[in-house]
Amino acid sequence: MADGLVQARGLTKRFGRVEAVRGIDLDVGRGEVFGFLGPNGAGKSSAMRMIACVSPRSAGDLQVLGMDPDRDGPAIRSRIGVVPQLDNLDLELSVRQNLHLYGRYFGLSRSAVRAKAVELLEFARLTERAEDEVEPLSGGMKRRLTIARALVNDPELLLLDEPTTGLDPQARHLVWERLYRLKREGVTQIITTHYMDEAEQLCDRLVVMDGGVIVAEGAPHELIGRYSTREVLELRFEPEHRPSGDVLSGVLAGRVERVEELPDRLLVYTADGEAAQAAVTAAGHRPLAALVRRSSLEDVFLRLTGRTLVD
Amino acid sequence: MAGEADRATGRVPGPWGGVALVVENHWEWYRRNWRATAVSTVVQPLLFVLAFGVGFGALVRGSGQVAAATGGVDYLVWIAPGLLAMSAVQTGAFDSTYPVLSGFKWQRTYTAMTAGPITPGQVALGHLGWLAVKTAGAGLVCAAVIALLGGVAGPGILLAVLVSVLTGAAVAAPITAYSATLETEGASFPAIFRFVVIPMTLFSGTFFPVDRLPELVRPLVGVSPLWHGTELARAAALGGPWPPWPAVLGHVAYLLALLGVGTVLAVRTFTRRLAR
Repeated sequence: MADGLVQARGLTKRFGRVEAVRGIDLDVGRGEVFGFLGPNGAGKSSAMRMIACVSPRSAGDLQVLGMDPDRDGPAIRSRIGVVPQLDNLDLELSVRQNLHLYGRYFGLSRSAVRAKAVELLEFARLTERAEDEVEPLSGGMKRRLTIARALVNDPELLLLDEPTTGLDPQARHLVWERLYRLKREGVTQIITTHYMDEAEQLCDRLVVMDGGVIVAEGAPHELIGRYSTREVLELRFEPEHRPSGDVLSGVLAGRVERVEELPDRLLVYTADGEAAQAAVTAAGHRPLAALVRRSSLEDVFLRLTGRTLVD
Repeated sequence: MAGEADRATGRVPGPWGGVALVVENHWEWYRRNWRATAVSTVVQPLLFVLAFGVGFGALVRGSGQVAAATGGVDYLVWIAPGLLAMSAVQTGAFDSTYPVLSGFKWQRTYTAMTAGPITPGQVALGHLGWLAVKTAGAGLVCAAVIALLGGVAGPGILLAVLVSVLTGAAVAAPITAYSATLETEGASFPAIFRFVVIPMTLFSGTFFPVDRLPELVRPLVGVSPLWHGTELARAAALGGPWPPWPAVLGHVAYLLALLGVGTVLAVRTFTRRLAR
């Protein structure tokens, strides 16, 4: 990929004897929003830190903005923006000062950072709080400030490690809305997340990671098409009346692709959820609750790894 | 690729430019939050000046034994350069413990700095550089107040402030390097204060000449950077008598060596901590 902003071949990260990232290949193109989806410990953050040029790779090839992080780390870092998993704002400084000081690290003049801060405060919807100390701000505000700060150098590539973890739904949607805006402006983004809805909403293309390797790659809808059915019927039963997956598969013979048994519910993968539900009821099973929904990346992950993504 | 690639406005500051930016950041932080730290860097040494220089000094004034120990100068004048050095060491030691660990662990400001073009080594050097600026400023303020109290013999006090800054940095550098290796503060920091900093402040010739100590412990005094600093600062502040020049060179060399080794180690431990 000639216009690749990030290119990795056999990228590996070892911590002592633990291999966190086990030889992954990646190509991220300009303007793309690319995602790493996977559970905690899948190797997403380690991969991200190598791309951010703060963690040296243990093996493999890596090019970021056409340069080698081992040799040109500071040059690459001057042209990217990083939103780390844990906020690292200066809590005892004001919102505006956080933007000013951070901008100075990128060699920007004082007048340039002053002007940029006004724009970024607006972007982060923090203009009213500009002179307040950071410490008492809400989690969502701090997150937006961290994202705004990462934009101080107009980065060509923005890396976001779990941008909305720990935020309430309203705060998450506001962050997503800002990230859409950046996407429309053509800012290339790489996002790690363990929220499938986040990955589905934001990413043009993503890789599913598990145990340090990439287990699938594609656009969210492609992955769902490839690894799941159109609809999913979720069934909850009283424990003593709960039929086994095999029994349900028998009842639904021909109508269902597969049945997953989770501790709290059964997932029936089928093209037609309503029809499957009718068949289950007709066979005399009485679920406490039944829900028909579209397949999501959660189902893709379950199919690929045999585990659920969150909790 | 050309037009788009020019989009990013960041650039890499020079090796020393990066250090200067870290110092600037510390300064901006200090400008907003100085009230909290002024107590330990300025008020505390001045309390020592009042208690020992003025209070205790009045008590021993006219004592022949004290005059013999101080070379005949007033106790306040004699103790002032020692207190300047002691204060720089205390500030250097303290600011290189909890605040450094916080940069890695609690506030993680160091990880923010190194997400951009600043390197871990520049963060370490910037921390030590800022400490030098801060102890110099605090030393000048203290010296001015001591002058008002009549405790300054002459312009040599300025050289004493400079020596204090060097002494503080020589203590700060190895502690900074050590703090960067800690995952949690545990008992390490209190141990540094209890077993290193406090004995050093008591037995480095700040309050009484070390030749009053028992023969047995006197060689230990030579290990203390504060003793080397105090010997130089006092000679500078009083305008002499200077120790023989090989001794002067020895004091300076000891402090510079400690600073040099500590700085190299700090750059290394910061790099190991931030780039893993």
